[in-house]
Amino acid sequence: MDVLYFAWVRERIGLPRERIETQARTVDELVGELRAREERYAAAFEDLGALRVALDQELADFSAPLDGVREVAFFPPMTGG
Amino acid sequence: MRISVQEAAFDLGVESAGFAAGHTDMGAIVTFTGLVRDLADDPLEAMEIEHYPGMTEKALYAIAEQAQARFALGDVLIIHRHGRLVPGEMIMMVATAAPHRKDAFDGASFLMDYLKSRAPFWKREIMASGAQWVASKEADEDALGRW
Repeated sequence: MDVLYFAWVRERIGLPRERIETQARTVDELVGELRAREERYAAAFEDLGALRVALDQELADFSAPLDGVREVAFFPPMTGG
Repeated sequence: MRISVQEAAFDLGVESAGFAAGHTDMGAIVTFTGLVRDLADDPLEAMEIEHYPGMTEKALYAIAEQAQARFALGDVLIIHRHGRLVPGEMIMMVATAAPHRKDAFDGASFLMDYLKSRAPFWKREIMASGAQWVASKEADEDALGRW
């Protein structure tokens, strides 16, 4: 699946998107895999309360299943307007 | 309904007049415009707005549809810019057309409250002292509770 990062999440991880092969069943499990990769991922995912997630461009919960999902995006709370 | 996510500046007068034209059954038009505001104690050089192409447009359509389902609106316009903007520049505008003013005002307020915290835009302020991502405000999330 494609994993996208925006704003300071993108800056901390150091890339805007990447393709990931994963067996994770939920967003939480995917976050666990990413955290375990490298320090920069651990830093970006340190506080999930400061993050939002979208699955195929719809806001979702961290407990949401990843069945059939093609695009996951992580970002801070939005500041539009 | 028209939604535009764009880097280019827009002309408030042209957009407002164009939106208001041709609505013979609408008695009220409300427009709101957001500008880049300078900061008194730490001058702002620029504001950079990042967004999530694809999701942004979808989210704005969904918000506009919710507004239309909730209020008696004849038409909705949302324009939101991204990229690098300087103080005084217009960031975004919403406009609503309704038979009566209450729906037009409430519809515009609803659009603003939702697009503040439900449309994937992120602002970064660049000041002489450094750059920082604008933090979301709890008040913005709380504002959704009134709808």
